Amino acid sequence: MALKIVKGSIDRMFDKNLQDLVRGIRNHKEDEAKYISTCIDEIKQELKQDNIAVKANAVCKLTYLQMLGYDVSWAAFNIVEVMSSSKFTYKRIGYLAASQCFHESTDVIMLTTNQIRKDLSSPNQYDTGVALTGLSCFVTPDLARDLANDIMTLMSHTKPYIRKKAVLIMYKVFLKYPESLRPAFPRLKEKLEDPDPGVQSAAVNVICELARRNPKNYLSLAPLFFKLMTSSTNNWVLIKIIKLFGALTPLEPRLGKKLIEPLTNLIHSTSAMSLLYECVNTVIAVLISLSSGMPNHSASIQLCVQKLRILIEDSDQNLKYLGLLAMSKILKTHPKSVQSHKDLILQCLDDKDESIRLRALDLLYGMVSKKNLMEIVKKLMLHVDKAEGTTYRDELLTKIIDICSQSNYQYITNFEWYISILVELTRLEGTRHGHLIASQMLDVAIRVKAIRAFAVAQMATLLDNAHLLTGNTQRNGICEVLYAAAWICGEFSEHLENPLQTLEAMLRPKVATLPGHIQAVYVQNAAKLFATVLRSQEGNTDSTTAQETSQLMIDRLPLFVQSANLEVQERASCILQLVKYIQKLQQKDVEVAEEVSALFAGELNPVAPKAQKKVPVPEGLDLDAWINEPPSESESEDEKPKAIFTKEEPKHSRPRHTEVDEKELARRREARKQEQANNPFYIKASPSSQKVYQETPGVEHIPVVQIDLSVPLKVPGLPMSDQYVKLEEERRQKERAEKKKKEKKKRKEKRSGRGKKHDSGPESEEDITPAHMVDIVTEEMPENALPSDDDDKDPNDPHKALDIDLDKPLADSEKLPVRSHRPTEAPKSPAEDGDTESAAPQEPKKKSSKEKKEKKKDKDKDRKKSKEEKKKKKHKHEEGGEDLLGGQPDEPVVQSEEPNEEVALPTSTSAEVSDLDFWLSNAPVPSNSQEAATVAAAAPIPQAASGAAPDSEPDEPKDTEVETKSSKHKKKKQKKEKEEKEKKKKKKHHHHHHHSDGGGEESVQNGTVEEEEPLPPMSNYCLLAENSYIKMMMEDADQVCDIQGNLQDGSQVVVSVIFENKCNSFLKSMEFNVLDSLNSKLQRPEGAGPHDGLTVPFQLPPGVSNEARFVFTVQSIVMPQKLKGTLTFIVKNEDSSTHEKLDFKLHFTCTSYLITTPCYSDAFAKLLESGDLKGSSVRLEGVNMPFHHLLARICFHHHFSVVERIDSCASMYSRSIQGHHVCLLVKTADQTVSIDAKCDEPSLLGNVLDEIKQTFSQC
Amino acid sequence: MIKAILIFNNHGKPRLIRFYQYFAEDLQQQIIRETFHLVSKRDDNVCNFLEGGSLIGGSDYKLIYRHYATLYFVFCVDSSESELGILDLIQVFVETLDKCFENVCELDLIFHMDKVHYILQEVVMGGMVLETNMNEIVAQVELQNRMEKSEGGLSAAPARAVSAVKNMNLPEIPRNINIGDINIKVPSLSPF
Repeated sequence: MALKIVKGSIDRMFDKNLQDLVRGIRNHKEDEAKYISTCIDEIKQELKQDNIAVKANAVCKLTYLQMLGYDVSWAAFNIVEVMSSSKFTYKRIGYLAASQCFHESTDVIMLTTNQIRKDLSSPNQYDTGVALTGLSCFVTPDLARDLANDIMTLMSHTKPYIRKKAVLIMYKVFLKYPESLRPAFPRLKEKLEDPDPGVQSAAVNVICELARRNPKNYLSLAPLFFKLMTSSTNNWVLIKIIKLFGALTPLEPRLGKKLIEPLTNLIHSTSAMSLLYECVNTVIAVLISLSSGMPNHSASIQLCVQKLRILIEDSDQNLKYLGLLAMSKILKTHPKSVQSHKDLILQCLDDKDESIRLRALDLLYGMVSKKNLMEIVKKLMLHVDKAEGTTYRDELLTKIIDICSQSNYQYITNFEWYISILVELTRLEGTRHGHLIASQMLDVAIRVKAIRAFAVAQMATLLDNAHLLTGNTQRNGICEVLYAAAWICGEFSEHLENPLQTLEAMLRPKVATLPGHIQAVYVQNAAKLFATVLRSQEGNTDSTTAQETSQLMIDRLPLFVQSANLEVQERASCILQLVKYIQKLQQKDVEVAEEVSALFAGELNPVAPKAQKKVPVPEGLDLDAWINEPPSESESEDEKPKAIFTKEEPKHSRPRHTEVDEKELARRREARKQEQANNPFYIKASPSSQKVYQETPGVEHIPVVQIDLSVPLKVPGLPMSDQYVKLEEERRQKERAEKKKKEKKKRKEKRSGRGKKHDSGPESEEDITPAHMVDIVTEEMPENALPSDDDDKDPNDPHKALDIDLDKPLADSEKLPVRSHRPTEAPKSPAEDGDTESAAPQEPKKKSSKEKKEKKKDKDKDRKKSKEEKKKKKHKHEEGGEDLLGGQPDEPVVQSEEPNEEVALPTSTSAEVSDLDFWLSNAPVPSNSQEAATVAAAAPIPQAASGAAPDSEPDEPKDTEVETKSSKHKKKKQKKEKEEKEKKKKKKHHHHHHHSDGGGEESVQNGTVEEEEPLPPMSNYCLLAENSYIKMMMEDADQVCDIQGNLQDGSQVVVSVIFENKCNSFLKSMEFNVLDSLNSKLQRPEGAGPHDGLTVPFQLPPGVSNEARFVFTVQSIVMPQKLKGTLTFIVKNEDSSTHEKLDFKLHFTCTSYLITTPCYSDAFAKLLESGDLKGSSVRLEGVNMPFHHLLARICFHHHFSVVERIDSCASMYSRSIQGHHVCLLVKTADQTVSIDAKCDEPSLLGNVLDEIKQTFSQC
Repeated sequence: MIKAILIFNNHGKPRLIRFYQYFAEDLQQQIIRETFHLVSKRDDNVCNFLEGGSLIGGSDYKLIYRHYATLYFVFCVDSSESELGILDLIQVFVETLDKCFENVCELDLIFHMDKVHYILQEVVMGGMVLETNMNEIVAQVELQNRMEKSEGGLSAAPARAVSAVKNMNLPEIPRNINIGDINIKVPSLSPF
């Protein structure tokens, strides 16, 4: 055995390595293929070895051969083997080979999953890096699904080298496994602010790629990107971001307004051309999106055009090219500003660089006017003559036609000129665009009636000289033109001067070499011409011409009857018979012209290209319905051979055929001939019959025009388009002169003395009158055609699957273990509400504080417990996250990583990404400190909206907090705890803020708002009390509160109060006490006296705030009430501590007893019909806000939900904690809002209405 | 996104191909030929952008190339990439090659295609730009090369085979093997 090893090893010493292979190939230039095939044989041998080094070497060589075009997929398994080597050297070779030749249908890929996973979690960062690089090239949907978790973990790797690779590869994962996008997105977003610039750039890169395809989903990131744009110095990142903004602005014009200024600054300041160019590009995009909105953006356009001109004038061809490219974008919306640079662009037409010429051509499209069209086209025609390559010439040709035909021939003043241009273009050799010219000819001839005579004359000449067009090669695309020429001549033959001559030209034997479809048109139109000739000869005493024409037809048509093309044959034989019949009649001197012309009577109108598609389906017609009941499957199978397909039969008959003897065959042939002879419709192809035609006299008599063809390209008789330019010039001058004369006369008459103003000014567009009054017939469309023009998107586009709403909270089903930081809730139906009610905890405030402590001791146990307790009201995604965490104990990395995520996200990003609308509305973005200092954010309304108990919300952050810090918790001291709380506090603020956003969203979901103006931010928190007597070193606390009814019990109200320490001292021993009234009582722990205060379950270090909740029992809820209360606390300094107190008033509005309850319109109607409700109404004057804002405000502040909204009228519903129904009907008309309300408790209703009134009077 | 990176010489011989989207081998060769055909007929003083290329891409795609001495570096990119940015990137890539190979020439690319790939992998990953800072790229490549060296490298494989023979613990091999029969002079083979 050892011997074998030794021997193998020694053999291997003679193996070629990559260099040897390359050298060998270079030395075998003559028989390279043979040499390589021997090498491949060697490689196959090497791959059979056990030695991984040998295999790796072989795979490395294969990679080289793959580059040369050899398929190496047969070695896929060996590649996998090399990939799984433990040595980096081999692994790298394996992954390289895999990335070069693996693809989705490589079946061994599924074997790699575990190997890749292992490599991804390798302690060696380069193993991981190599695996990521390789995977990025061959990731499949399966791999993406299986590895998404692992890669996502790597996005938070300690090494930036791995992080940036992991971030980049996520894009590939998203493409293959779109479900991963939403769970991974928060982390991706977080990476936008990674400390490492490489990672940041990678994240920008990925999001830009994502956003490019589905920009609307990424609008909410605009503020973040804006910040990056103004702060980043990395040009790569800047370019990407600026490009991204270019894609976003069309969706959000307000964004554009915000961008203009920083972009203009960048344009002025940057020295990097690439950045400058992208800035200009995005400014253009902005301007396009704003095209109407902003009055003073002409400066920006000027700046852009100016900068682009500098680019175009640069000697660097690249800049020139890009300048022209960007210019063409401006052209679309601001043609005027580009037109002033016509000189420059025409100059570029002469550039030696084809790419630049093509770009300049694009620009020309928008620069033409009635005035300069002829001039420009003349210049282009010169280029056509000069152009060497056919591609460029074809491009020129299409551009000429594009330019002339744009917007319904808007700029053409002289169609004779255009026709002659088209005719001139037919002289282009080898162009592929014959059909384009043909369709233009047809279009112009059909739609411009005035031009027909001229067009027909031109076409007749073309037909006459058809041999020039067809040349010697048949494949020449230009002969398509003859199709148009023949049709025009035939259809409008009444304009022909010499129809007979044209008819003769159309029946020349050479025509038979043309493509079939053209021949068919020839034959058909020959018949039309024939009719015209007959008609012109009608009444003529001498009928020889008519008869000669018939004879000509009869002589020439058999040529077409023999055509291989079915249509030509069919038409020719039909017309031949017809002419024969006519000839007979002619010989009897019967007048036939009228009848023959009747065959082709009537005008053909142009039909719009999409007309067929636009024919609306008639009402009641179901195209998918069966006309007859479909036969059952078994039946159809039985019938198939019999009834539907005759294919089977010949099969059966063939053997029979062979049996038939010669005699029988001959007999049958005879019979068939007999039958054919008797059949008038069978065209005899026998040589004898042909002879008959040839023998018939008359051919010699037909005059054949001989044309001198010494100069092949100058078609005799065809007018040159150039002469029109001159003519036009003269005509215009004349016109101008006349006009001047008239004006002079007028002036003389008027003697107003305002002199020379009009005199020498250049003629304006309006001055140019078309040469002939042109009636451009519009294309016909079917009646009731739908105007919409739907472009179908490519259904195979992988990006379609990535069109995912990223702002929606994660749902339970979205399995990847990353939790979103946005605890918004999905709306629940009223049915679910019942469940939540019963599940809500009894004493939220106390419990939450207790729970906190418990959790710290035994978080797992408690988590389970609390989960059970609150299962139903918990956020769905939250649960999903936890389930996954629990379900994957074998992935410790994920577990420790996730909560981090959760904690970090809100603090870092939520503030900036507060709300796009808010950001766009130019309001200052609230920073952390601001927010905390001012009003302590908004209320957890959505919570109430969905009926969840209020304390579920603060629990979430706590949960995660506990998870993350669990290790620390064991030995932590009080202080640490406080710090944590501090963090928590801030976070909570953000949470609240989100909730306020959520409030807005909620109302959207309720159906009020659909892509209307954004809602202003709203808050339900109000200042409760603040210490104003500043006696002692700023120590004071303020309280803000939100009062919320608790559904759980008809008589409970929960008040959440945020305490904030504004001084530099420590606040502790806070006690909260309220003087109970008859109606309302603070719930105190059992055994406490009615006047005892409640201890606030936390202490406040300086600058920190926290929230506490207090439960009140309320007897009657129909009246608002105020409760007096006191907060006592100890202010602790380093050296002293003092006892302080703060008085406050709790205001329980009736609104706070209402609970947002969704209601369906049918239930709502029933409720109103029941008659139990008593009505009341209120009018609000001078409410100056959009209706949906108004509704949102009512929803938000007064806990209503919208039942239905029709235009400026909406019905709303809410329910009190004691089950009173409150229904509103809100109508608005010019600043006046009338609210009709119904409720089963009139006093409650009255108070609610008063409160609503007050809300609107405040704003 | 970058769809493909092609390096070929003045005669259209591929020196490195890197497709970020799957094409069968024969189609890859066709694309190379087509691209070479498009690029090679252009003067050196015309712009470095090309539309067209019917096989790869379509209307959204551009060819951005640079011509260095005997080599063409062609990037096929879509509209999300900045044209000038990609030109810069090609420059960065070539300069990196120059640093890693010390005065890079076509021969380096011919004989060390694998190394060129490894360098490229540090610049572009899966069609997206990974790193544009040359020093960072060179540093990562160096580190990986060092790692390879510490493992002995691939080219050392035959040599290692020799040393395997040398280091084979012969005493542990069953005694009855007649080593004399093998009759190799191991030390003399090492120059291979």
